[in-house]
Amino acid sequence: MNLLGTDPLFVNGVSWAVVLIVVVKVVVAFAVLMGAVTMMIWFERKAISDMQSRIGPNRVGPWGLLQSLADGIKLFFKEDLIPAEADRFVFKLAPYLVVVPAFLIFTVVPVGGQVTLFGHTFDLQVADPPMGILLVLACSGIAVYGVMLAGWASGSKYPLMSSVRASAQMISYEAAMGMNVVTVLLVANTLSTRGIVASQGGSILHWNLIRTGFVPFVLFLIAVTAELNRPPFDVVEADSELVGGFNTEYSSIRFALFYLAEFMNTITMSAIMVTLFFGGPAGPIPNIPHLRWVFPILWFTVKVVAFCFMYIWFRAALPRMRYDQLMDLGWKRLIPLSLAWMLLVAAAITNWRWAIGVLAAIIIAAVLLLRAFDLGGARELEDQAVLPSIGARPLPGYVLRQLTDAEEVED
Amino acid sequence: MIAATIPDLAVFFVGAAIIVVGALGVILAKNPVHAALSLVMTLFGIAVLFIEEQANFLAAVQIIVYAGAIVVLFLFVIMFLGVDKAEDITTEPIVGQRPIAAIVVAALMASIVALGQLGHWMVGTHASTTATTGNDVADLGRSVFTTYLFAFEATAALLVIAVVGAVVLARRVSPDELSTDEPEVAQVPEDLGATMTAGEVEQ
Amino acid sequence: MNPITVPSISYFTMAPMLVLFVGSVLLMAAASLLRHRLPEVVSTATSVLLGLGALVVSILQWDHLIRHGSSSTVAGALVLDGFSVFVNITVSCAVILTALVAHDYLARLKFDSAEFHILALLSASGALIMGAANDLVVVFLGLEILSIALYVLVALNRKNEKSAEGALKYFVLGGFSSAVFVYGIALTYGATGSTNLAKMGTYLSANVVHRPGLLLAGIGLLAVGFCFKIAAVPFHMWTPDVYEGAPTPVTGFMAAVAKVGGFVAFLRVFETAFSTQQSTWAPLLYTVALLTTFIGATSAIAQHNVKRMLAYSSINHAGFILLGVVVLTKAGFAGSLYYLFTYSVMAIGTFALLGVLGGARDEDHDLTSYRGLAKRRPGVALSLALLLLAQAGMPFTTGFLAKFGVIEATVAHGEIPLALLAMVSATISAVAYLRVGIVMYATHDVPTPVSDGSSFKDRAEGSLLLEVEPVATTHEVPVAPTTGLAIGICLAVTFYFGIAPGALLDFARQAAQLLR
Repeated sequence: MNLLGTDPLFVNGVSWAVVLIVVVKVVVAFAVLMGAVTMMIWFERKAISDMQSRIGPNRVGPWGLLQSLADGIKLFFKEDLIPAEADRFVFKLAPYLVVVPAFLIFTVVPVGGQVTLFGHTFDLQVADPPMGILLVLACSGIAVYGVMLAGWASGSKYPLMSSVRASAQMISYEAAMGMNVVTVLLVANTLSTRGIVASQGGSILHWNLIRTGFVPFVLFLIAVTAELNRPPFDVVEADSELVGGFNTEYSSIRFALFYLAEFMNTITMSAIMVTLFFGGPAGPIPNIPHLRWVFPILWFTVKVVAFCFMYIWFRAALPRMRYDQLMDLGWKRLIPLSLAWMLLVAAAITNWRWAIGVLAAIIIAAVLLLRAFDLGGARELEDQAVLPSIGARPLPGYVLRQLTDAEEVED
Repeated sequence: MIAATIPDLAVFFVGAAIIVVGALGVILAKNPVHAALSLVMTLFGIAVLFIEEQANFLAAVQIIVYAGAIVVLFLFVIMFLGVDKAEDITTEPIVGQRPIAAIVVAALMASIVALGQLGHWMVGTHASTTATTGNDVADLGRSVFTTYLFAFEATAALLVIAVVGAVVLARRVSPDELSTDEPEVAQVPEDLGATMTAGEVEQ
Repeated sequence: MNPITVPSISYFTMAPMLVLFVGSVLLMAAASLLRHRLPEVVSTATSVLLGLGALVVSILQWDHLIRHGSSSTVAGALVLDGFSVFVNITVSCAVILTALVAHDYLARLKFDSAEFHILALLSASGALIMGAANDLVVVFLGLEILSIALYVLVALNRKNEKSAEGALKYFVLGGFSSAVFVYGIALTYGATGSTNLAKMGTYLSANVVHRPGLLLAGIGLLAVGFCFKIAAVPFHMWTPDVYEGAPTPVTGFMAAVAKVGGFVAFLRVFETAFSTQQSTWAPLLYTVALLTTFIGATSAIAQHNVKRMLAYSSINHAGFILLGVVVLTKAGFAGSLYYLFTYSVMAIGTFALLGVLGGARDEDHDLTSYRGLAKRRPGVALSLALLLLAQAGMPFTTGFLAKFGVIEATVAHGEIPLALLAMVSATISAVAYLRVGIVMYATHDVPTPVSDGSSFKDRAEGSLLLEVEPVATTHEVPVAPTTGLAIGICLAVTFYFGIAPGALLDFARQAAQLLR
């Protein structure tokens, strides 16, 4: 098995036509993704303004549809600033490190079924490598660099803080994300994204959402939202604390790239979720001649748009989490839960005796772990805190004020 | 032995070039952040070579674990400790270190070349290449639960110890642990506490 | 695809390491789940009991081994044979003794006692894995488990900067040597097609390697990795700093456990896998052994700090033990194993005394502070002198028999110059030990407390003239019962088996015979 995977396109060797088809697939994927991003930005602005009883963009094009295009053109012609303190090379590199992985993830997403064109049968997906889903994890690992280096290279305080937050958050949630992917792999028996989709064929009961028991999906959804730095986990760009996030110092086209990557990641991660848990392009296909290939694409699109809408809804409805709560959620709740559920699924696949045994072990471990968290929190506040404790919250404003006042009096 | 085709060779040389350039970058870059980035480049080159060797899983894991986690932690430490400034590397900390290092490197390079001439990579019945089924993930899983079962479990123990060790070292030291005969260290929190209660009384 | 058949697992073979590892994990769970800090007595008692448990299981293993012969388990990754049982017994003893020694020390320096015991037990389980490992990958993992816990143990003394310095040096160099070791594994795997020692040995004895470049490089790199762990010259640079910086009970533990684990794995790898290549690597190890004995001995003389002196002396001892690897005969193995056991006991006892003499903060290890010790603390001085003399190779101690055993094996193998030179180095190192003795017994100066106003000379004369008890310096630490017990055991073992060596010598010989 080689890197090209099981795509029937390569069965008869590589000819010029095959190369051409691949190139066309890449170009189409690129164009569709770019178009989707402009639509996504419009959709997000429009949906949020509806939820907030505003009107939203309505000037450029019908219903403001071309607003994003106009914004893009504007950004493109703006002056390109590089701060004096910046590390110029890394500063220029960082936006690409964010955008490229966002594109690459989309290459392994199966958008539809197989299509036969000019005698060549091929998958409607750019590539189907045998370790497909790992490529997703790898790319989200690489995306951390873009964020981290953007903040560092700006040579400015707040972007640096933001980028440190972002990268810590992304690495933390990557672990939880990976473990839920493993749960899916246990059920699907393959790493290839097309294989995962194929294993969910048949009825809705075969979707991994059902087969893995909902929990991995919920955990994965939370982890992905954090991985995307989207609300309610957008501490990275918490404007009230950090000016505007890691991309504060960026302007013009480089800023546009970050903006683009953010929305592109939202779309691709929705697509990944659809692939992993919702059967990808699976859905009822009416028997209409010559148009059967359209329906998988249609179902896929509908599912992805539903997720995109969900993210927008999150943004409108949920308040931002505090940074320590965010890290607590990731390390103390998501990772143990994902691990426990993964073990449970693995045991359940073997036989029910194992499942009961593992379940018992998990319950005991959970009790011990909760006890340890409880104690750890108490100890932290009791004898190790430099400042005296005042319950489970950080210092309230008036205490801090008194402390600084006392210092001023001493001066 | 699999005969090398021209695309194979091309991929190998590109991968090797990435590795070497990255490795040189690690030692020659003045800025630690640039050095860390060069390391990422080297890791990517290694991933390319893994793919060339049809070890797809290893390639992906190489990126996820090394590039995606370990070097990010390097960068973390570099940024947090504030050592992310370009350093002057013209002066030698230990006199004569560099000439000696150069000689050692030359000797090592010579021995690697000699190895290439003298070495003979096993491809007999013992070699693992004959046992593969073409599915590297399955092969890996199989050997982890058969031949290397104990090593696999011992790795878990090793990770436990590494975590315990890291926690022990990074744990904030409680004041009474630091002071055997200088009690003033232990006083610090109490002083602050006193300031605070005074403040509250004033209010 | 055919289902995976999990290899058969003999938990009996793994029992000692499981006792130590699981025990320490439970201790860790208890320490982290109780609201209050675990009392020191509890963690020490747990540690001693786990050590005793491992010891009992190891003795059962020995019994099994004598009756049923050696066996391997978990797809040939682990073996139950003379070497592994020997390591199990030695390390279990070291764990018990270290726990006893550390009890008072940890309380005195206000360490978190549970932390120390957990790490020591984990580290010991790593040594047990190394001892039983029959696969290079497992050897490496045992080495890392042993080392990582040791790095942290060395850094445990937060009041002393030297502790952190030592730990950092140990960590960086240790990490580097581990990398070299792994490279060695990769190359030997490439050359022989297996990481299993038995399979490598079979392959190498059945085939003649025509182009042995990879194999030789692999063996060389593996040897470098081992030499670092056992502190053989020229990979010994870390030893004095680490021994000096580490909390003193840790130094004793390290001298015992790390050496036992490292040496036994070294012996096993070179005997089982590479014995057919002996003609190529023997000259290399010959040189290393020679250098190790000499540089260890001569550098020991030049030291003013007793801990550093003992570090160099441990290098000298390592050279002696290495002779067993160089000759690679059963007699050599027996000599090395015997040496390892007796050195472990002596080292733990010696460092226990140093921990007492180091003062309240474990910082006074300068030779000058030992002046007149025989007057001030005759018991401590006598114990120290006896243990040091035993290390020097005094007759009627195990130290003598240990040196005799390896030298005899070396001579029997025909390496007479090597044996002679090693004996010369033993004489040189004896000077270092005797110097400590002379300082303790032949000088009457009492170190003055820093705060005292009176001049040094007055005080010395006064104490001599009036025959009063010499004024105890502010930092003098009494010998706690547990520490005393440990030192007593060490002395008893050293002298009992020095006078009536039969049982222990038989044990070492049989262990060497029963190598799988």
